[in-house]
Amino acid sequence: MNAPAVAAGPSARPAGPPLPYRVEARTVDAPDVATIVLEPAGEALPRFAPGQFAMVYAFGAGDIPLSVSSIEGDRLTHTVRAVGAISRALHGTRTGRTVGVRGPFGTGWGLGASVGRDLLVVAGGIGLAPLRPVVRGALAAPGRYGRLNVLIGARTPGDRLYAHETNNWREAGARVLTTVDRPDGGWTGDVGVVTTLLDRAVFDPPHTTAFVCGPEVMIRAAARELTHRGLGPDRIEVSLERTMHCGTGHCGHCQLGPVLLCRDGPVLDWARAERLVSVPEL
Amino acid sequence: MRTGGRDAVVLDRDGLDGLIVLLAARGRTVIGPTVRDGAIVLAEISAGGDLPYGWGVDLEAGRYRLRPRTDGAAFAHSAGPQSWKTFLHPQRERQWTARTGPDGVPLVTEDDTPPPSYAFLGVRPCDLRAIQVQDRVLTDGPHTDPRYRRRRERAFLVVVECTEPGATCFCVSMGTGPAADRGYDLALTEVVDDGGHRFLARSASDEGSAVLAELPTRPADDGLRAAAREGVAQAAGRMGRAMPDVDLRVLMHETLTADRWNDVTARCLTCGNCTMVCPTCFCTTAEDVTDLTGEHTERWRRWESCYDLEFTHLQNGPVRASALSRYRQWATHKLGTWYDQFGSSGCVGCGRCIVWCPTGIDITEEAHALNQERAEARQAAS
Repeated sequence: MNAPAVAAGPSARPAGPPLPYRVEARTVDAPDVATIVLEPAGEALPRFAPGQFAMVYAFGAGDIPLSVSSIEGDRLTHTVRAVGAISRALHGTRTGRTVGVRGPFGTGWGLGASVGRDLLVVAGGIGLAPLRPVVRGALAAPGRYGRLNVLIGARTPGDRLYAHETNNWREAGARVLTTVDRPDGGWTGDVGVVTTLLDRAVFDPPHTTAFVCGPEVMIRAAARELTHRGLGPDRIEVSLERTMHCGTGHCGHCQLGPVLLCRDGPVLDWARAERLVSVPEL
Repeated sequence: MRTGGRDAVVLDRDGLDGLIVLLAARGRTVIGPTVRDGAIVLAEISAGGDLPYGWGVDLEAGRYRLRPRTDGAAFAHSAGPQSWKTFLHPQRERQWTARTGPDGVPLVTEDDTPPPSYAFLGVRPCDLRAIQVQDRVLTDGPHTDPRYRRRRERAFLVVVECTEPGATCFCVSMGTGPAADRGYDLALTEVVDDGGHRFLARSASDEGSAVLAELPTRPADDGLRAAAREGVAQAAGRMGRAMPDVDLRVLMHETLTADRWNDVTARCLTCGNCTMVCPTCFCTTAEDVTDLTGEHTERWRRWESCYDLEFTHLQNGPVRASALSRYRQWATHKLGTWYDQFGSSGCVGCGRCIVWCPTGIDITEEAHALNQERAEARQAAS
């Protein structure tokens, strides 16, 4: 459909209504996780940067913040875990249906400031989704960065995301290590929290940038461990999560102390984030 | 206070009544204070008789009572249960509607019904500052709330300087009153003395000057200017409360784990009254409403309180589950992190949160207690 779908107002304005995007493809990554590929049904939003997020709208249900797990031209890919009414609706959206999208919102990963440095990607669970564009971006630019380590933690072997793709990353030269919390019968790999993989990652701490996303308890543990190993707090980037209702800095839900996470985050460096995630219930 | 401006004129009581009629005749929806249900509320007014002539208020923590006055003053009352955000940032607002189009693609239509052209009569200086604080939040960031901006840009503001602070007022210690110096169309100062009941008026905008020119006025003499100045100066000396004279932003930053939060939490019901009456609290929730066919849906946003458990709900439950964390969030945001987020204090010293707290929690008392606890901790450490 090429007819303008938004009847009033400059539609690309992020504080305005969502733009329609058609679900071009849907893959199921894990029992409660699906990846949807979205193509603009008409006008496209401005280009997203890795680490930024969109407010994705399930018609009649509402919208939630979702990071982009891949960006190709105007095409946006989101990986969504079904946990609430809206995420369940988006998770179950069939190919050919339409969702609404607003964005781009928030800060992105500082890949541009990491040229020549070793890269250490640390992901827990669905936290791998916003980090996928970092890995892809690094692999697409051979020689631009130092060594690329990708450490992945998942609940069970069946919960691993992009399992086929992570093999490609390995073949392309990344050091990809995976651990699970609960192994099943066929699993012969690592068991335990993702920080246990750090001993086998290959990086030079003073010349490494880390990109960390996952449950907050995992982010805290990983960032503290990386600090012990000699990474500067300003070289550890973490992506945090809070409730969001607008994406535009107006609803107040995503406050984390001095930070509005939709505006000043979701990506923050550890120098700034450490205190914010260390005061309980801030 | 610009009581000595070139265009300072005198408006008598009939002139004030005429101002209301004139603003309405210019196509404006005039909102002002009026007595209703035992309180001075803000509502649409159409004549001078709607104003609360002869009413004052007695305020204390957890207490609000109307009190008759013998001087017949119209603006000798301080903040009531509402503020101007009721009109500029309304409690419920539709943002867009969507319906299923012919090919199954939702057609989304932004709600752009033209808002009323408001005239606000009787904006207190603290509340004028509150409007400016919400301006920063809703229009000065990377994204603008288009509906707020339209209402705000069209609004005509008549400030009335404060000559009668309440026992819960602390605008002086927040630097927001009782005088007004900018950001209005017209400013009035009410004077009731042996010379009669009149208003010193001056304009700060072209429309303000045009409105004044159509009203029966006379030049202000030095006596009235002095009386107006004195009324406001005396009000500054009669503030019921004051914040501690320290950098409140730093105080909040340094006392996040103070014992005092436990004390106040024992009194806080987490009812959210303070957030509803606060003239700067802006938080909202988005809600989608669908009709029975499922083919038509509306997006509404409504006021939300950071005291609500749902406010911070993530997969594993609320981030701020304890009452302590929710009161602390509200207070530290008002006095501290608001600076980081929006470049100003989030508190204007109007005192509403003290009056309308069912258990009488007083944010100035809490700030003094935190300041004292910090001082004692420093002393113990030295």
